[in-house]
Amino acid sequence: MKVTRRKFMQISGASAAGLAVSGLGFDLSPVRSHAQMLKTKHAKETTTICCYCAVGCGAIVQTDMKGDGRVINIEGDPDHVINRGSLCSKGAALFQLGENENRLLEPMYRAPKAKKWKQVSWDWALTQIAKRVKKTRDATFARKNDKGQVVNRTTGIVSVGSAALDNEECWIYQALMRALGLVYIEHQARI
Amino acid sequence: MTNHWIDIGNSDCILIMGSNAAENHPISFKYVVKAMENGATLISVDPRFTRTSSMADIYAPLRSGTDIAFLGGMIKYILDNNLYNKDYVRAYTNAPFIVGNAYGFKDGLFSGYNRSARKYDKSKWAFEMDKKGVPKMDRDLENPGSVFQLLKKHYSRYDTRLVSQITGTPEADLVKVYKTYAATGATGKAATIMYAMGWTQHTVGTQNIRTMAIIQLLLGNIGMAGGGVNALRGESNVQGSTDHCLLWHIWPGYLKTPRASNVSLAAYNRKWTPQSKDPISANWWQNYPKYSVSMLKSFFGENAGKRNDFGYDWLPKVDDGKAYSWLDLFDEMYKGTIKGFFAWGQNPACSGANAGKNRKAMANLDWMVNVNLFDNETGSFWRGPGMNPSAIKTEVFMLPACVSFEKEGSITNSGRWMQWRYEGPKPLGNSKSDGDIIMELGSKLKEVYKNKGSVFREPILNLKWDYTTNGMYDAHKVAKEINGYFLKDVDFPKKKKSFKKGQLVPSFAYLRADGSTSSGNWLYCNSYTEKGNMAARRSQKDAVNKIGLYPKFSWCWPVNRRIIYNRASVDLKGQPLDKNHWVIKWDGKKWIGDVPDGGWPPLGSLEKPNPKSKWAFIMRKHGHAQIFGPGRADGPFPEHYEPQECPIEKNPMNKERMNPTAAVYGTDADAYATCDPRYPLVGTTYRVVEHWQTGLMTRPQPWLLEMQPQVFVEMSEELARLKRIKNGERVFATSARGSLECTAIVTKRFKPFKIGGNIVHQVGFPWCFGWRWPESGKEESANLLTPSVGDPNTRIPETKAFMCNVSKL
Repeated sequence: MKVTRRKFMQISGASAAGLAVSGLGFDLSPVRSHAQMLKTKHAKETTTICCYCAVGCGAIVQTDMKGDGRVINIEGDPDHVINRGSLCSKGAALFQLGENENRLLEPMYRAPKAKKWKQVSWDWALTQIAKRVKKTRDATFARKNDKGQVVNRTTGIVSVGSAALDNEECWIYQALMRALGLVYIEHQARI
Repeated sequence: MTNHWIDIGNSDCILIMGSNAAENHPISFKYVVKAMENGATLISVDPRFTRTSSMADIYAPLRSGTDIAFLGGMIKYILDNNLYNKDYVRAYTNAPFIVGNAYGFKDGLFSGYNRSARKYDKSKWAFEMDKKGVPKMDRDLENPGSVFQLLKKHYSRYDTRLVSQITGTPEADLVKVYKTYAATGATGKAATIMYAMGWTQHTVGTQNIRTMAIIQLLLGNIGMAGGGVNALRGESNVQGSTDHCLLWHIWPGYLKTPRASNVSLAAYNRKWTPQSKDPISANWWQNYPKYSVSMLKSFFGENAGKRNDFGYDWLPKVDDGKAYSWLDLFDEMYKGTIKGFFAWGQNPACSGANAGKNRKAMANLDWMVNVNLFDNETGSFWRGPGMNPSAIKTEVFMLPACVSFEKEGSITNSGRWMQWRYEGPKPLGNSKSDGDIIMELGSKLKEVYKNKGSVFREPILNLKWDYTTNGMYDAHKVAKEINGYFLKDVDFPKKKKSFKKGQLVPSFAYLRADGSTSSGNWLYCNSYTEKGNMAARRSQKDAVNKIGLYPKFSWCWPVNRRIIYNRASVDLKGQPLDKNHWVIKWDGKKWIGDVPDGGWPPLGSLEKPNPKSKWAFIMRKHGHAQIFGPGRADGPFPEHYEPQECPIEKNPMNKERMNPTAAVYGTDADAYATCDPRYPLVGTTYRVVEHWQTGLMTRPQPWLLEMQPQVFVEMSEELARLKRIKNGERVFATSARGSLECTAIVTKRFKPFKIGGNIVHQVGFPWCFGWRWPESGKEESANLLTPSVGDPNTRIPETKAFMCNVSKL
């Protein structure tokens, strides 16, 4: 049986739970740290790709399935063929991107000339945004340009972003923006 | 990247120029080091002695904005010393093509320049054609009108003495770099280039990269393992977001955004489908209509058909000859013509050149929608430094997105690998995936456009919008739509294949222009097929050639080809030029190794090519890589021009000081200063390993902020002495556009440059800061200093070379 580093970890994890270690021929349980057991015992494991630069390093996310459902640990994925378990300082801090008290957790609204944010509901925010889009689009929509050519566009609304989206999200986002008639569609690749 | 990260390990010589990979793409260095352990030489060329430089065998400094002079000198060195790979150059590049008589170059200008329009008439640079309409060629490269001879003539001016006067690089260092790199012109050797924004963010950005591409072609390094031209992209999915074209000028899969003059789908397809009269040219873009029609079917589903030009009129058209780029849109916003603004997962208040102009522009909006993980400098622009909220009427909706590991979907890395990722925890608090936000917003818009009185509601109502499962966004449904479906039962008698309605299309070779297939993005056709989600694959097994392709780990475009242009990695018989790191190989019946650039047999010979074969560069109309590039806005050969803001009165290379076609802007916020005693220092920007881009996804993290808490200006000991600035002291940095306070870091990493007999000092700033974090609000964006001026081809701003000053507080 060929044992990859990842498999090795899984098998050694199983040994701690009292199962026989047939594939390895030796028992690793005495050397396993308490901390490692904690992070894997009640955790769901999922793979991810780091969200910072475009090397595309793999990481493993361990999510607590018993407590608050939050991330217990994120570490480099040893079976990822590019990074082989390594991460840089940012990748190694992925945990703190998710579990971070500075994160924005509610839709917020700032009224004209207001000095403060106001917390609002998703439904209210999206309804209001749709109304603003419609108002501006309808007021600025051009069926034809100065030469009389059909253009069917609005230059009153613009969009920037986003390399922060997944591929599938990028596709539906551009489709929606283009269906609205936007021509000013730009993102990080331009700068 | 033409190649991919692991492939760097196959290289014989690695040039890192225009990037600082050790710091900004740290894991890439796993493969740089691997190559070095196998005997490769690492060369670092940078204005500053970086962490990359500290690992290099050879380091050469240069003044920011002088890369074309540096590399032009290398072209001359290669040609003068006959170090180019002649077999490769004559077979695979357009060096043998004959350029028409209208082409010329004098005093820094190519023929066809119109000074009032700041544009070229590119028809002056056309190739000579034979009677059949195929470019005339001299495969011996001797015809004085050939690209090869014109190239020689053009770079004859770039001698090391003059280059050194411009770049500030000592001549001995230039020669050392040239000699080492050019040695890879030998058959069987490959060198690679790792570049990033240090090359793109210039008014000559495109031509910086063109110069390197010319070098790679002369040395026979394109298509090879350990070779290629490799852009190190800075964001985890900036490759994917570019492929799906969140950009004004292109539709998904690099199709063109229609111009107003493309009055119908037929006119559009005719305009953008290249025609070649050469039977040996694959001219792959001849398939254009199959991709455009399939894309429209993905947009509008059953609502698009032949009866309505597949919905072509429903999508917006741009005016011919006008740009709608980042710089242009902020210019318009500053002038007040723009009312509504989406900033989705981006922080332009800190990331845009001339950030102060962008921030002021936002106050002219009626409304803004800001979607992000954190309350950033963009969403909160109205309460930022120097802003008076009670005078700003802009309404702001700020929506919380979840982080990448709280949702499912794919991203595409710099090596074009599309990789699937999964949901760990659920989105925190009331945050949502971007996918859910987009789907819900789309549904709301469809709702408000139900009213009959609405303006031009057809595209919104007819947009296919069925990408949810149980009310939630479903990334798999979109991924399948991007791949594409058969919409009818279809037979392909020549390929002996038939497919049923509803099946996923196996690859773009099966897409059709009659509406019987859909594909949201033809380049990604083959990524999610009846065999499953290719991006989710995890096989550890390498391919037969053992060069680290890992063909069943994730998926890459196009059609899982890991090294593109690989038909140029073999000789005319189809045998690898590099036997040790071969990419593809003809076994007499078929290609083995990587997925070849088309399955056609090898050429056999240049004089009488196998009629079943194709020239190597299948995406080019004429099948040959372009040493002469007549499609560029600023000339078919790269030429050295100074940055928009520079420290010298005259360009020593020619009579035009700056790129005569650069995109410049004219509002009161667009000040430029050259040879201005108030701004005597060359400035540049860069990143640090602890922060990422504007720092918005790293500054709110205590661990990372603690490691790198302050914006700084890095300067030489010589300059610090001159200014009486001490290491660690807070100082004031200014440019013609803005200012910021920062901490002085005095190092040996910068050294003064000797430019044409004068001493020129350069300083550098990380652009990873902004007033939201750290909470002192004093660590600001270095983009307050940078100019809003752009490359004429891409309109990428020149944030890597500008003039500034630094003084004691």
